[in-house]
Amino acid sequence: MFMLKLIIRNSFRHKLRSLLTVTGVAVAILAFGLLRTLVGLWYLGVESSSSTRLVSRNAISLVFSLPLSYKERIRQVTGVTRVGAMNWFGGVYITEKNFFPNFAIEPLPLFDLYPEFKVSNEEKKAFLLDRQGAVVGRKLAKKFGWKVGDRVVLKGTIFPGQWEFTIRAIYHGAQRSTDETQFFFSWEYLNETLKRTIPRRANQAGIYVVGVANPERAAEISQNIDTIFKNSLAETMTETEKAFQLSFVSMTEAIMVAIQIVSYVVIVIIMVVAANTMAMTARERLSEYATMKSLGFKWLHITTVIFGESLFIAMTGGVAGVLLTFPAANIIERELAQFFPVFHVTPTTTLLQLLAAFLVGTIAALFPSWRGSTITIADGLRRVG
Amino acid sequence: MTVEREMEVRLKDVCKSYQRGSQQVPVLEKISFEIARGEFLALMGPSGSGKSTLLNLLAGIDKVDSGTITIGGCEITTLGDSELADWRAASVGFIFQFYNLIPVLTAYENIELPLLLTCLSRRERREHVLAALEVVNLTDRMDHRPSQLSGGQQQRVAIARAIITDPAILVADEPTGDLDRVSAGEILNLMDHLVRESGKTIIMVTHDPRAAEKAHIVRHLEKGILLES
Ligand SMILES: Nc1ncnc2c1ncn2[C@@H]1O[C@H](COP(=O)(O)OP(=O)(O)O)[C@@H](O)[C@H]1O
Ligand SMILES: [Mg+2]
Repeated sequence: MFMLKLIIRNSFRHKLRSLLTVTGVAVAILAFGLLRTLVGLWYLGVESSSSTRLVSRNAISLVFSLPLSYKERIRQVTGVTRVGAMNWFGGVYITEKNFFPNFAIEPLPLFDLYPEFKVSNEEKKAFLLDRQGAVVGRKLAKKFGWKVGDRVVLKGTIFPGQWEFTIRAIYHGAQRSTDETQFFFSWEYLNETLKRTIPRRANQAGIYVVGVANPERAAEISQNIDTIFKNSLAETMTETEKAFQLSFVSMTEAIMVAIQIVSYVVIVIIMVVAANTMAMTARERLSEYATMKSLGFKWLHITTVIFGESLFIAMTGGVAGVLLTFPAANIIERELAQFFPVFHVTPTTTLLQLLAAFLVGTIAALFPSWRGSTITIADGLRRVG
Repeated sequence: MTVEREMEVRLKDVCKSYQRGSQQVPVLEKISFEIARGEFLALMGPSGSGKSTLLNLLAGIDKVDSGTITIGGCEITTLGDSELADWRAASVGFIFQFYNLIPVLTAYENIELPLLLTCLSRRERREHVLAALEVVNLTDRMDHRPSQLSGGQQQRVAIARAIITDPAILVADEPTGDLDRVSAGEILNLMDHLVRESGKTIIMVTHDPRAAEKAHIVRHLEKGILLES
């Protein structure tokens, strides 16, 4: 009880100093939390992808496509339930700044392959009936104020021309982590148009999304698919959607590692700053600690007082940082939705933040506690006046 | 018929030196003396002669190189750090030149501090603190922080803190060194009162001849050697 009183009063002794330290810790913990969330997000796409989906692509590179004729042959592999041709469209809506992922995909297997996209039956029907129809994510629709029935024009980059679509369905994610910023339209629309404009690029699928009934057999099925096309003109490379996405992620992995390092560096910096402040504070109070020891208090008491103050300040900053993370994440999610469709702070991140604050408080108290509890009373008292 | 007075403090061949760089600098050389219970002793001597060092040794906050110190029948030179801390809490009261109060605690809380190491209840502690405040005549200032008190008042708080556990001996290192004449007089009267009324043994280091006058015995320390009285 008394120790608590002493700890709290000591913490408020140099109000400005404590306030600055608390602010520093809060900002560091906030930055740490946001950076961790960013990194987590990068891998989220991978984690939320279904392992009941495989992706077959051209073994040479993603730049090369696969013949349409492969579709039937893949479907005949045992264990395969559905196959859908898909192309990364790369269309631009008005300006490049409005980036969002858009794909051409075969409409029939779309909803079976992606059960996490929730669409009402009427909208689903409407989409299937309109060759120029599009299905868009809820967040994307909200961002541009699109409603079912609206016409949207995308400027093709990979496939030149102005492409006109009618929004027929808006999907909701089954989970919080489901990406609601994607744009899908009928692969037939793309293919039919190409037949007229650039015939040599028609009847080619960028990739095949392959549904399997039993995820445990994914490796075996992938191998069976690739064996069929061995030694053909376009060999396939089939892997789980997760592995497929990882191959994108690994390109940017170096950046992610760098960001991760920065997030730790931020903590180390604030640790050093806090340690310096605590050392300064403890130095000023050496004679008080010596006085307490002369009265019969022992090193454990002194250590408790110093650790208590350090942890009190660090945890106050830490909790403030955690509380700031949520509104900050909301602002990022709202303002930068095209880059971060779900900027969601996980409980793990919050826990790591609090742990980091605790670590800062502990490390900052180490040297002062050692000093305060080992200095002889005679030496400590000499520091008076 | 001679009455053998009980000796409260006995020092025998106490030596102490400090390490300064690679050199061993002797501060106290073979100090031996005794103080009877209820005595008020003043220790005088030039600056740097080792007065504070001697006081620290017999208050158990510094350790001898050789020799023995026995206080109230307890040979404190044989005690370990933790035992020594317990012994200090129970047996010695400290009065410092600069009062050494904890700035964030009120007068009341400063006086209560040593009692927190005892098993007294909150109510019992309160009774003790109020009684001590009465002795030093500061009852009306008990909720003040040290910074809101004059030097003399702070030193009275320090005295109240020193006597709160009812120790047999009080050690005071230049208790009036930082005070004006009037306040110094009050402090000395208070110490005199404690010797007379409560039978405390007081050992006081001082430069002030008027302070030494109050003492029953005055000893002089010079260059680490105790002069014959
Ligand atoms: N911790 C220490 N380390 C080194 N030298 C010390 C230490 N404490 C005291 N001394 C030296 O011992 C001598 C006596 O000091 P002190 O007992 O404080 O003298 P006084 O109180 O009589 O002025 C001085 O020369 C002082 O510099
Ligand atoms: Mg001195």
